[in-house]
Amino acid sequence: MAVDDQFYREFILDHYKSPRNFGRLEGPDVSHEEYNPLCGDLVGMDFRIDDGVIADVRFHGRGCAISQASASLMTERLKGLSLEEARQISKDDVLEELGIQISPARLKCALLSLKVLKVGAYGLADDEEEDR
Amino acid sequence: MSTSISSSTAGALDVEAVRRDFEFLASGVAYLDSANTSQRPRQVIEAMEAYYRECNANIHRGAYRASELATERYEGARDKLRRFVNAASRREIIYTRGTTEGINLVAYSWGRQNVREGDLIVTTVAEHHSNIVPWQILAQERGARVEYVDIDDRGELRRDQFDALMERRPKLVAFAQVSSNLGTINPYHELTAAAHAAGAIVLIDGAQGAPHLGIDVQETGCDFYAFSSHKMCGPTGVGVLYGRRELLEAMPPFQSGGDMIRTVRLSGTEYAPLPEKFEAGTQAIAEVIGMGAAVDYLQEIGLGAIHAHEQELTEYAFEALTEIQGLRIFGPGPSRRAGLVAFDLAGVHPHDLATILDRGDVAIRAGHNCAMPLMERLGVPAVARASFYLYTRREEIDRLVAGLQEAKRIFA
Repeated sequence: MAVDDQFYREFILDHYKSPRNFGRLEGPDVSHEEYNPLCGDLVGMDFRIDDGVIADVRFHGRGCAISQASASLMTERLKGLSLEEARQISKDDVLEELGIQISPARLKCALLSLKVLKVGAYGLADDEEEDR
Repeated sequence: MSTSISSSTAGALDVEAVRRDFEFLASGVAYLDSANTSQRPRQVIEAMEAYYRECNANIHRGAYRASELATERYEGARDKLRRFVNAASRREIIYTRGTTEGINLVAYSWGRQNVREGDLIVTTVAEHHSNIVPWQILAQERGARVEYVDIDDRGELRRDQFDALMERRPKLVAFAQVSSNLGTINPYHELTAAAHAAGAIVLIDGAQGAPHLGIDVQETGCDFYAFSSHKMCGPTGVGVLYGRRELLEAMPPFQSGGDMIRTVRLSGTEYAPLPEKFEAGTQAIAEVIGMGAAVDYLQEIGLGAIHAHEQELTEYAFEALTEIQGLRIFGPGPSRRAGLVAFDLAGVHPHDLATILDRGDVAIRAGHNCAMPLMERLGVPAVARASFYLYTRREEIDRLVAGLQEAKRIFA
């Protein structure tokens, strides 16, 4: 059968098989998990925040190549960004980085890590404001 | 284990002739997701279209020709469905939106009337969510408990556990005729008899059984049998709940409104007799007629021939799949199951498998497949599932296997 390998591009498989920043942070400033019940994909992220900047981030989870590679890519992108900058990351940014045509059925997989970031880190920003 | 396949119809099935009835298949897709929803032959589509073209009117109320014709076709389908399950009376055939609504009807109507605090409801860990959640809700509302029969390592129900639960005199026992993910054909005759001996009411989820094995409700002796049209070559949005007449007679309506009443006064309402008591509002008339045509279609080919064809495909698939290293099949061997195979492949998530297969135009199901408790029991987040029906070719299983090899290569 003629399968278009481009969907599973080398770097996506590479991130899936050797995920970057995989694991947990000890005593993270924020930790958040999201679950995609349809496929059983799970992505969680631990953040260390210094002066409003993401000093460190780790992810954990299980699921398909798209969800896990997308999370791995996300952690690379996030390190060193301010929360304000991280807030600007859009759906399109994530899809562009993956660089493949994602079918509607797989969008949730691709965007799961973005959801973790949004719910997790935005929540943190709100909390910090309250703390001030 | 016995099934209700009539041996008189067990002639060989001409797959290529069958496939000509299913226009969708001409696209070239290897459609291996019939356990999710089947394809529909032109005979079914034509029967629905004929209703819209020839006698599009509401049933049971118009005193004019088109309405009479529509009623005739709608009620004619009920006779076909009565024969299909061998119910004693046509009044025992209640049209629903599908298996899920049928089970909910029983949970709400029979359940609220009969289940009391401290009562026990028994179902199994291998059920579809639609045969778990309605019982959980009912139990919560009534202060009853739900207990689940586990499976053994081969994916068959643990009979010892089932029998132990029967000793606790459950009020209701609900299980699938065929497991939607394991493919296991449960010994539904024996389970029904054991549950009855314990004084329980028995509901069989026939969603995966009706399309492939059929049922004889009188021989089986079950009290309720729910199934869907769309898994057996009929349209979506319609199905049947069979219920034993004396139970249905004693049950309150599930939904209320038009067509389910005899007289309505502001001081109170008298309900219509069966089956209308449970068919409130304008029904899915075209779909019911389509479901009747689907039954005709399946019976003309013969469920025996269909089952034999599926058995052959399942054995073929088993042989081919077990040769793939790292592939694990869930559930019993081919002789103990219906035409579906759930599996996973080491190192490749089922969704990635489905995507890679889709790019070779092979359609399978992947995910928890509406059975999260079973996934947890199997210790997997998800599975891939290929399912077969009367129009499935061997060559399509070859394409499945080739796609799986391709997935292995990509993810190696």
